[in-house]
Amino acid sequence: MAVDRFPVEAGHILMFARSIGDANPIYSDAEYARTTEVGHVIAPPTFVQASAQFDPDWPLRPKIGEPWFGSGKDPTGARSNPTRGGGGGGAGAGLHAEQHFEYHRHLKPGDVLRGVTKEGRRWEKEGRRGGKLQFMELITEFYDQDDQLVITARSVGVRTEKLPDQA
Amino acid sequence: MSLSANRLEIGQVHEEVVVEDLRRTQLVQYSGASGDYNPLHSDEVFATRVAGYPTVFAHGMLTMGLTGKMLTNWVGDGRLTSFGVRFVGQVWPGDTLTARATVGAIRDEGGVKQVDLVVETVNQDGRVVMTGAASARIDP
Repeated sequence: MAVDRFPVEAGHILMFARSIGDANPIYSDAEYARTTEVGHVIAPPTFVQASAQFDPDWPLRPKIGEPWFGSGKDPTGARSNPTRGGGGGGAGAGLHAEQHFEYHRHLKPGDVLRGVTKEGRRWEKEGRRGGKLQFMELITEFYDQDDQLVITARSVGVRTEKLPDQA
Repeated sequence: MSLSANRLEIGQVHEEVVVEDLRRTQLVQYSGASGDYNPLHSDEVFATRVAGYPTVFAHGMLTMGLTGKMLTNWVGDGRLTSFGVRFVGQVWPGDTLTARATVGAIRDEGGVKQVDLVVETVNQDGRVVMTGAASARIDP
């Protein structure tokens, strides 16, 4: 994912914490957070993945005026966009195999991040039911408003080569 | 809350039930918060009729997020220095997940104590759905 500007907002952190069922007040209560070792609200460790919200090309979000592969009353027949390794994907596309984060510091509301993504390794493996599994690694470095590296994210996506009887 | 090196032992285990009877609504909540609106996670018609799955299933990143809650509850807020996982099995609506961290090593890094944890998340049948590792800064 290429994200030029990911503003880290308090409301977004609250909603993200709720979605993972985490009631820890460090994610929502600024007054409480001031009394802790950290001293301010922070974001949960996997929050940076929500930078997808600010990626203009993120393929797993419906976009105004463009076909979307999710169903209405019935399946639409629209195809998913080819995904870019980092997970997700529709039928026959990639799935998320691994995710790794290194924290240089933890995020706080008010941070404005920039993500720089580069391709890592690619490798193949025989699948258990035959057909090749193709793995691809993407490394994203997130820099803050002071150009300091805050989080390094490494994701591995996997695609399965379609077997002849599935074609 | 934080951990202290002199009270931790190699092999020590911490575990928590991080979700009970996972509801489909939580998958929708996670889609909305994370921005991953893949219909596989919320659209029954797509998941079954187009993609051929028995029903919708959880985002791998939701399982990672749920597991991260166990880690931060244990090591303390702002203490994680790394967290990485492999998604090895699908998580379905109705699943109950237990996340577990085992102390693998305690080391000194530039005068700062660090703990290395082996992470595993299992479902109600004991099947492993995610494996991984994490490191955290701890007190002396």
